[in-house]
Order: sequence, then structure tokens, then C-alpha cells
Amino acid sequence: MDIMDKLKILSDSAKYDAACTSSGVDRGGVDGKLGNAAACGICHSFAADGRCISLLKVLMTNYCIYDCKYCINRKSNDVPRARFTPDELAELTINFYKRNYIEGLFLSSGIINNPDYTCEQMIETLSIIRNKYKFNGYIHAKTIPGCDPELISRLGMLADRMSVNIELPSQESLTKLAPDKSKNAILLPMKQITTQIKENTTEIVKYKSAPKFAPAGQSTQMIIGATPDTDFQIMRLTEGLYKKFGLKRVFYSAYVPVGDSKLLPSVDTKPPLLREHRLYQADWLLRFYGFEVKELLDEKNQNFNPLLDPKCNWAVQHIDMFPVEVNSAPYESLLRVPGIGVLSAKRILLARKTAKLDYKALKKLGVVLKRAQYFILCCGKQIEGLKITESAVMRSLISESNIKTLESNGISFGNETRQLSLFDDNTSSEPTLEDLRKCITGQI
Amino acid sequence: MHNGTDIIYSYDGTFDGLLCCVFECYEKKEMPCGIHSPENDQLTLCEVREIITDTHKAERVKKSVKEKVYPRTYYDIELCFLSCNPDKDLVIIKFIIMSFKFGANVYSMLADNTVNALFTISKNVSREAHYYKEFLRFSVYNGVLVSVIEPKNIVLPLIKHHYADRLNSESFMIFDKTHQMALTYSEKKTEIFPVEELELPEADEEEIKYRNLWKQFYNTIGIKERYNPKCRMNLMPKRYWKQLTEYSELIK
Repeated sequence: MDIMDKLKILSDSAKYDAACTSSGVDRGGVDGKLGNAAACGICHSFAADGRCISLLKVLMTNYCIYDCKYCINRKSNDVPRARFTPDELAELTINFYKRNYIEGLFLSSGIINNPDYTCEQMIETLSIIRNKYKFNGYIHAKTIPGCDPELISRLGMLADRMSVNIELPSQESLTKLAPDKSKNAILLPMKQITTQIKENTTEIVKYKSAPKFAPAGQSTQMIIGATPDTDFQIMRLTEGLYKKFGLKRVFYSAYVPVGDSKLLPSVDTKPPLLREHRLYQADWLLRFYGFEVKELLDEKNQNFNPLLDPKCNWAVQHIDMFPVEVNSAPYESLLRVPGIGVLSAKRILLARKTAKLDYKALKKLGVVLKRAQYFILCCGKQIEGLKITESAVMRSLISESNIKTLESNGISFGNETRQLSLFDDNTSSEPTLEDLRKCITGQI
Repeated sequence: MHNGTDIIYSYDGTFDGLLCCVFECYEKKEMPCGIHSPENDQLTLCEVREIITDTHKAERVKKSVKEKVYPRTYYDIELCFLSCNPDKDLVIIKFIIMSFKFGANVYSMLADNTVNALFTISKNVSREAHYYKEFLRFSVYNGVLVSVIEPKNIVLPLIKHHYADRLNSESFMIFDKTHQMALTYSEKKTEIFPVEELELPEADEEEIKYRNLWKQFYNTIGIKERYNPKCRMNLMPKRYWKQLTEYSELIK
């Protein structure tokens, strides 16, 4: 099989992995070596689905001894199989990198023979890239569940970022859909990576030039919508991973049907993109906005509101905490205002040192007044002509595209017809989660 | 104190020249209504005063600006100067005059029109420079990496370090077609100089192989159930597509 066919098969089977970031490590060029790494990460292209292409994302092989139901590469699936040799893959990576197609390599693999053998193949590939080609750019390596801890250590010395995919957020789902994987096979390597990253930072204090273990940290991924797990379960797990394991990122991947197992959603199900989007928004709130999961969801409300983003939803539920005075409110309170983000909050702090801010000024600072106007005061005053009616607030908080799809489905924001209710919990007049998801993805 | 006038300043298009315009404003306590340079030369009915570039004067202005503002703010002025925005000259002059009055604090006066304009322009320039760290493709001709770009602003000085650091053991050339200038790097030295035209040789077999492999990868990696062309367009504006290998014709 020639390299073109291999690349087609092995990138096709890697595409469901959401992570394609090259961020987290700032490493300047080294004389005689190829490449560097920028802390912010660099995207090199965007695929037709709008996702960033930063790394050459491929599998070592898509042969696999496991039979995870949700995975396109499961043993029982009848798909063409291929396998890169370590040399082939190294040469491909270097040639793509030189031409500025990519920031580096994202290497994962199906399990061939056994976990240890698979991991050794990956280590060999990365060694060639790092040592023979003197590559100093970014490498993300996926660990193989169930492989020897010693091999994980070696892999981590060659990679910038390590990841272990949780895939399914509960033990129950895991037992059902991934019978060959145990919770421990996933959590143990995660713990090991966390520990070694920590050791690594304490050791660097002693030896600055000591080789570093996964300097860009650890990430993971969960599949959304393949199992009945709720947003609350997913977000609680996420919070734990950030706090306890010090993960850099948790990725969410809307399930794209790849099999007709009775345990999975039917093959004509559209991927739950809106739900995935809400999870990313909430993830952002945890990492940058000082929110905790218990503020966003609870036992009674286990899923995010499909109409409002989690921050707006929180704000309308806590209307008693508003309005805030932009000229004096602390950073933390500014961050909670819909329409004010991390950047605009920081700019407000800076700008109000030298001037009293009015609404015109806020606009220049990048505040989205359409949303923020209901939640703020400037020098004690509301924006001129502001009328607080339910439909006006609702209209300003729901995104344009959602409004259009809702209106085309006979839901109006005027006074005469059926109205969307913000403040009552009148579920009968609201479209169900499923309706909305369908109208967003164009199924209706 | 700086009175508005009907005068237009005309300068030679260099950064030093622009600083001499600042000198003139400061000395005459006036503010011109427009600035002409070789790139931005319109017919006008106003009086045009030619400002002669005097490196001594320029140095004096440079020194006092650097004393007044933070290094990062001075860098923003330099970024702004690289912009294709026709108002950039006047914005820079007004901003520097303001910094004489308000000192380093000028960087926090984000609600002021001039300050806001300067930072907006500089942000646009650095955004485009970042695009050219992302959406630039090299082809290998006889071991030399060559790329052609068509930026709106002058970005070569801003991406110079990035590529020289990254490809430190290679040789490369980036040709800016819009501004007819090129950045070259070989034997650890970078240089930027005017180039009118660049004629590229035919791509060899190996080059074509990697272009086709990259196209294959690009076309495979998108998930068709998630097709979202609008999102792609927002993140990768169409005007960059022209120079991207992934959108070039497939060569057999």
C-alpha cells in the first residue's frame, strides 16, 4: 500500500479526536534543530467542518484488538486497515512541518498485538522524529490504555502533551460500550502523568536543562451523546479533572454515529453539536470565569438550557445580583455580566483608572452592549431608553441564529402569539431540547 | 494647544519622516488636517507643506517618546506604522502628542478616540501578522523554502523572527507580492529588501508528492456530518485561500 492510501485511512480514522491544539509550551528554536513551539498554539488551516488543523493527526495503525462499540476502528467493524512504519511517519511529519502545513504531530493508535507493543511503536516513531530529524516542534501523544507505566514515562519524555481519553463519563456506560477497557486502565495512566508532570516541575528547579516530561500538560476527551449521561455528570467529572488531576484541557466530541449497535443512538442521529457547544461554553466558565459546576447545574436541572448560553442562563436566574456599576465593580463581578468577557473586563479595569466610563466608552472597549445593557450601570445610570421587558431581554440574550430558527418554527418574540417564557418554568410552551437540537442541525 | 489647521503635511513615507511631522506639529503648536506620503497621495485643495526628513529631529522625538511611554506602547506605535490604513499617520501623530501630555498613562485611556484608533490599528496589523504564521505555505525548490504572500499590511518584519527561529537550520524566502519586498534567511542571517517580481521554477516530483499528500490529509480530516463552511470562513478568511496548498489544483 502506498503512503497516500495509508494517510487517507489513518487520518480518516483519527478525525473523531477533537483535540488539535498545539498550545501550552513556549520553546524557542535551538541551533541545528528544526522547529519551535508557541505557547498560544498556531492553527495552520481549518477543515470544511470549521475545526482547526494544527497538528498532523493520524493513527499509527487502525488495526485494533478491542471492540469498543462507539469507535470506528473496533475489531468487528469492516473497514480498510493500514499501518505506518515509524520511518514513514517521521518523514511525513518533517516534510509537512518544513512547508509550514502543521505545528507538529498528534499521534494515537489502535491496539496492535498488545498495549505494550503498540506503545513501543509510537516511542520508536517519536524517537526518530526527535533524534534523527532533530525535531524541536510540538508532539501530542495519546497513551495506550493498559500499557506498562515505564513505557508511558518514555513516551512522555518525547512528547509535549499527553492524553488519555476517558471517552465515556460513567463506569456504567464504559462497561456497556467499551467492555475491554476498565476505569482503572484509564485513570491509572492519568494519575501517573499528573504525578510525573509535577515531579518534573520540582526537578527543573534543580536542573534547568533536565529533560521535561510532557511540558504542555495533559488533556482528555469525552464523547457526548452516545450514552444517557447528563451534562451535570459530564461537568462534575470535568471539574474534578481540572482540580484533582490538573488537566490542561477537557475536550468534548459530539458523537457521530459509526455503528448500528442497539446500545447506541441510531445511525441517522445528527451529532449533538449545540450540546457540545454548551459544554465548551461551560468549560470556559470553569477555567476563566471563576464559576463552579454547582452554580450552573444541579440534581434538578441536569442539562444546559438549549436557548441560553450557560452564563446568560446563570445571570437571569440571579437577577438580584445585578445591575453592577462598571466604574467600581470588582473584576469577578464584571466577569459575570453577559456581554463582558475576560478581555473586556480587563480593559474596563485599565480604562477606568484614567476616566469615568460611559456606554460609548464601553462599546470601544469591546463590551457587547446588546447583552450587557440589562445588567450594568454607568455612573449610576442605565443606558438611555432601556426598556426591560421579558421579550426584549430574551431576544438580546438568545443568539441570532437561534432566534431565526425559532421564529421559522412559529415561536415569536412579539406580544400577540405564543411567547417564550424566561422567568416561569412553563415547559409546555417551550420547544423541547430535542426539537431545538433538530432545528439547529436542520432536521426539521 | 494644538490648533486644527487646513494644512496638509507631506512626508517621504519613512518612520523617521513621520516623527519629523510630529516635531513640526509640536514646534508650531498646530495639527494638520491630513498627511500625504508616497503611498497615500491624493489631490487636494488644501495647502500642502513638505516636511523634510531630518534624522536628528527624528531621533529627538523618538527619544522623548520612549522616555514617556511603556516599551509595549512604543511597539504599538511601530505596529501602527506598518498598517495599510490611510489614517494611520495622523493617528500616530495625535497619539504621540497626547503621550507628551499624559505620559505612560496614555495606554490606559482606551475610551479616547485617538488611543482607541491606535490600538485598533495595531491590533489589526498584529492579527494579520499572526495569520501569516498560520496560513503561509512553503514550497521546496532545490532545498530552499519559498513562499509568496499578499498581505494588506507590511508583515515581513513581524514574522521574521518567528520563521528564522523555527527554521534556523534551513534557508528560506518569503515574497510579499503586495508591497514588492522579500524576506530572506540563509546562514543565520535575515534580510528584507525590495523585489519587483519573483518567478518560481517548476515544482519537482518530491514537492508535488507532499502537496498532494497534504491535500489528501486536508480533505480527509473534516467530519462531513459537521460540515460548517461559515465557521471555516470566519476563522480562515477567504482572501488567504489563494496561496494555500490545500486549495491549489491537484497535480498528477
